[in-house]
Amino acid sequence: MSKILSVKGLNVEVENRSLISNLSFDIYSNSLTCVTGENGVGKTTLIKTLLKDYHQKDHVDFKIKRNQIKYIPQFRNIDDDYALSIKNFIGLGLQNKFLPWLSMKERRQIDAIIQSTDLSKIKKEPLGKASGGEQQRVYFAQALASQPRLLIMDETTASLDKYAKVDLLKLVKSIIKKNHLAVMFITHDPGLVQQFGDYNLHIADHRGTMNRIGGQD
Amino acid sequence: MLSYAFMQYAFVASFFISILCGLMGVFVVARKTSFFTHTLSEIGFSGAAFGVFAGISPILGMLLFTIISSLMIGTVGNRMSRRESSISVFSAVFIGLGILFLSLANSQSSYATSILFGSIVGIDFNDVKMLISLSIFIIIIVLLMYRKLAYNSFDSVGSSYNASYNTMISIAFLILLASTVSVTAQVVGSLLIFALLTVPASAAQYFSHTIFGMMTLTFLFSLFGTWFGLYLSYTTNWPVSFFIASIEGIIYLIAIIYNKLSDD
Repeated sequence: MSKILSVKGLNVEVENRSLISNLSFDIYSNSLTCVTGENGVGKTTLIKTLLKDYHQKDHVDFKIKRNQIKYIPQFRNIDDDYALSIKNFIGLGLQNKFLPWLSMKERRQIDAIIQSTDLSKIKKEPLGKASGGEQQRVYFAQALASQPRLLIMDETTASLDKYAKVDLLKLVKSIIKKNHLAVMFITHDPGLVQQFGDYNLHIADHRGTMNRIGGQD
Repeated sequence: MLSYAFMQYAFVASFFISILCGLMGVFVVARKTSFFTHTLSEIGFSGAAFGVFAGISPILGMLLFTIISSLMIGTVGNRMSRRESSISVFSAVFIGLGILFLSLANSQSSYATSILFGSIVGIDFNDVKMLISLSIFIIIIVLLMYRKLAYNSFDSVGSSYNASYNTMISIAFLILLASTVSVTAQVVGSLLIFALLTVPASAAQYFSHTIFGMMTLTFLFSLFGTWFGLYLSYTTNWPVSFFIASIEGIIYLIAIIYNKLSDD
């Protein structure tokens, strides 16, 4: 386990209104950290602050490059007539090269990700036709395409039924283990936190506290 | 038919316009900026009229107007540009300005007609040369920023968090679009170029689900429309714009029906 991110004495503000004060925590590779708290406590704002402050190292110290961090937003504007195939959509995540076409290595990489996220059967379908659970797997797969070391998932399971939630989190856990990934997962679902979380960063009353869940490492 | 030089130029010009539509149209449709493209063609009309009024060439006036408005949209009002009401306001104001400039310049209304509707059978070798240079220029720029442009166009939310130079890519695209509209409008008119930039690409996305496939189909649809339209116009003496617009419309209709049938 190596340290990915170290936050010390960070104040999270929105339009000069303080949301969280003096926040400190660390994020390690190979772990799932759930970020929990009531609506409006500043979970998403915290993430945006972390990404915005990437270059100023005072309070937010990332040990990885900016393009090794991927954020999966809560909402995406994908209509049901969205035409691009799932495979092509995942390929959009490959942003580290300039060539207009994908290299052999990149093609293999995409194929492997499609395999491991269980999307092989529908990879040629347009993304607009996929179910909600499938779409979330696709977003996850796109984020994995660039081989990130930290993945931030914003309420990714909010619109899913309970089976799809558990399936997605199982998949996330298996990828964490395989790729030594660090994941921050904003969620409202206490059941998922207990079942899958390694750490819980709970935000309430303008403070954040980090706890280990279940005692395993 | 092909023994006439003006017909040869028209066919060659259509080929390159189709390349531009394949390359740009797919992104225009993915970015949901079809209506902005429409507005852009009217801004172009206004700019050309201004060019005539100010005594500079119409193409310079067009480039000036369309690029400045693209920069404005790209920096301050990307969301605003998609709102229906602001699009109507923009269209109305710019068409009004265009008419004003033309009347101030004492130019006949036939000139307005030629900017709006173009005359693909009235172009000369210089127009063709300009089109070819523009096509090469746009192909190179699009290839250079292809991955970023594709991410930005097909996943605007995801790329806004995860891609670098995102705003710059949007602005660069709008400038390319402005140049495309301005230069091609000289040849086919600003109304038809709007149709060619949006209709074939909208149809293509019902048949193909890869970016490359959509571009190829868009190119083929607009090539078929312009070439067949030229042929029909030559034989019937009816306006070529009518045939091109109708053929593209029919292709779109077929695409919709195909989509309905394959859904059931």
